[in-house]
Amino acid sequence: MKLGNIEFTEQQFDVVIIGGGGSGLRASLEISKSGLNVGVVSKVFPTRSHTVAAQGGITCAIASADPNDDWRWHMFDTVKGSDYIGDQDAIEYMCSEGPETVFELEHMGLPFSRFENGRIYQRPFGGQSKEYGEGGQAARTCAAADRTGHALLHTLYQANLKAGTNFLNEWFAVDIIKNDSGVVSGISCFDMETGEVSIIKCNAIVLATGGAGQVYEQNTTSLICTGDGLGMVLRKDLPLQDMEMWQFHPTGLYGNGSLMTEGCRGEGGYLVNSEGKRFMPDYAPKAKDLASRDVVSRCIVQEILAGRGCGDKKDHVLLKIDHLGSEAIIKKLPEIREISMTFANVDPIENPIPVVPTCHYMMGGIPTNINGQVITQDSNGNDSIVNGLYSIGEAANVSVHGANRLGGNSLLDLVVFGRAAGKHINEELPEQSSSEVSNTNIEESLETLIRIQETKKGESVFSLRSDMQNVMQNYFGVYRNEDLMKEGIKKLEDITERTKKIHLNDKSGQFNSEKVEVLEYLNLLDIANATAYSALERKESRGAHAREDFPERDDENWLCHSLFFKDKNKVSKRAVNLKPKTVETFKPKPRVY
Amino acid sequence: MTKKLKLSLYRFDPAKDKRPYMSDYEIPYSSSGNMMVIDAIRKAQELDSTITFRRSCGQGVCGSDGVNMNGQNGLACITPVSKVMTANRLEVRPLPGLPVIKDLIVDMKPFYDQYEKVKPFLDNDEEIKTGHERLQSPKDREKLDGLYECILCACCSTSCPSFWWNPEKFVGPAALLQAYRFIADTRDKQKRMRLKKLNDAFSVYRCHGIMNCTSVCPKGLNPSKAINEIKKELRKTG
Repeated sequence: MKLGNIEFTEQQFDVVIIGGGGSGLRASLEISKSGLNVGVVSKVFPTRSHTVAAQGGITCAIASADPNDDWRWHMFDTVKGSDYIGDQDAIEYMCSEGPETVFELEHMGLPFSRFENGRIYQRPFGGQSKEYGEGGQAARTCAAADRTGHALLHTLYQANLKAGTNFLNEWFAVDIIKNDSGVVSGISCFDMETGEVSIIKCNAIVLATGGAGQVYEQNTTSLICTGDGLGMVLRKDLPLQDMEMWQFHPTGLYGNGSLMTEGCRGEGGYLVNSEGKRFMPDYAPKAKDLASRDVVSRCIVQEILAGRGCGDKKDHVLLKIDHLGSEAIIKKLPEIREISMTFANVDPIENPIPVVPTCHYMMGGIPTNINGQVITQDSNGNDSIVNGLYSIGEAANVSVHGANRLGGNSLLDLVVFGRAAGKHINEELPEQSSSEVSNTNIEESLETLIRIQETKKGESVFSLRSDMQNVMQNYFGVYRNEDLMKEGIKKLEDITERTKKIHLNDKSGQFNSEKVEVLEYLNLLDIANATAYSALERKESRGAHAREDFPERDDENWLCHSLFFKDKNKVSKRAVNLKPKTVETFKPKPRVY
Repeated sequence: MTKKLKLSLYRFDPAKDKRPYMSDYEIPYSSSGNMMVIDAIRKAQELDSTITFRRSCGQGVCGSDGVNMNGQNGLACITPVSKVMTANRLEVRPLPGLPVIKDLIVDMKPFYDQYEKVKPFLDNDEEIKTGHERLQSPKDREKLDGLYECILCACCSTSCPSFWWNPEKFVGPAALLQAYRFIADTRDKQKRMRLKKLNDAFSVYRCHGIMNCTSVCPKGLNPSKAINEIKKELRKTG
């Protein structure tokens, strides 16, 4: 087929999943096993997806470390961790379905570490408690050493090989196609190896495209974390939810950004300032170094601002684990040691690791219900389901993490909701292709691709992206205020204007990495704007969103989600679900650790 | 002290080049920093945006950026320039032994085919009651250490002369390491079938113990040892 100057091929699947990370692969496995024809479109070979970098583990009440553990305690921790804007029906579903999904992973072959009795090893992580916060620290994070994400992703890929899933590896998805009746009916994409453009028709699309940590200059995430699915959704006039909520992990490796797992503190490590003092007990007397991530990150920034930062520039703190002994470090935290030695020249067996809060996770994303179905808001402010469109994993906002994600809950989110979306598609997918796609629909979905292919001169993607990352880092970081953010928005407006004249220098077909970087950057810029306007709008401090001009949580006005629409950068509100099905509502309380 | 690094990159664009060539780039380099090879390549990319290579995590866990640096295979993102350059010069080429698609990007298909050939997934049809995991003692679990951590970067297989000669018939160190990862797993029930499938003149026995695989593995794994374990098992079962 040919439209204008672009030639393309056509393909057909029942279901297309965009993204081959943990959630995408869990969904594809469920769908493959049911006999539906599913295609996974991934811009990298699946085991290169960012799930691979998860270290500490998957939090879940499998009652291994503590035979009396209860998923309701996990639910309580998660609701509290979310600072009460996590949806309680979704959190209930995740925590109660969790154990079964973890056992399934074990049955698939995931090489979990073990206790002496042969059960799966669990370690303590931040924000975990027994007895609804009254029974002390819990150990609820199931681990495969400090390589849990790697073990999980490889296991899921292997299970998909066994199930015969179709993979389109190193294919880049550009846009969603909606037909004239507004039905989701396919995607536009291209094979990165050959440059071949293709239209894939399908009856359901699952956006499993992961997070977008690359909007910040300093981040722990892979270079591929550019939120492509979020860009696609915004371009279809659909909203993003809670985009002001970004998790800054307390312990990114100083200078490089690599993640130093919370498991370091779970195993007994702690933070010290330039005076060699362990400072967390001053801020969180009960949970100390295992307070929630947003809390620990702010404490570190406070220490640095008070002049107690370490190093020549006094701009970081130290993570001490040497007292755990070399045997424990080699056995339980081998990857941490490797990364620290490679990038910081520090062997944590001998010396403390320099760390600093670093952008780590996107709590916000594409709003969905617990089946993974994408939700938008009609003109009366009511929820409406976008038929045929699903989103799962970090790309989605279901929302189980609310304003702050607890460690180990992201891997659980991936597998629980990947599986839920798969099941829902298996049950609900219409048998016949109901959707006709017109040439105009196709042309529309190829618009960006055609536009960048035809640029003659202009600014390079490299300078635009680094300017955007720099603005996000300096104006929308751990602490925020109105003046600062307004200045940041002005700068983003300027960058958005400059981006209209972006120039693709390399016009080649095969493995054109500059073309991929341009498309990724366009997605990132949309996400940066979503974050900026949502952050300015939320006039309170909640979870990861800390405002100097509104230091208190405001439940009266802001116990709700924010929704961002690209059209006019509009921000509206959406109710939080406070009605779990089998337990009482957890009512908002002050969040003390 | 800031010096210049002479970075020499292997270039090939199938659409316009008849044959590959090396192209030099001058990169600012400070000996006091900790510049990784991937940083140097990205600097070169800012000078010439057509330079093409694979990358993802940037911290040595995804296995995307296996390349050959001054003759040695490794991951560009965790190899310090200072460790591989000689006299401020560094040559970066694609992994040897696999067809080059463009610049530093090789066709990984022959490598992945071997991986799939060993059926790299747990095979155990025994009914398990739901609501529980299979038990495995820490001692049995320990047998998987040094095996499951493989990131499929292909540094080992593409440094192996036997794999260069017989990429279709010799399974190669990476896939053999995976084969042994499932043979060694006490939860797997297909040990016998797995061994039987490997019991021919090529699959395992083309390994002549050169041990390039072990010396280049960026994760410090030991495919040679795994291959020897398979050979031992094969002798046992005849």
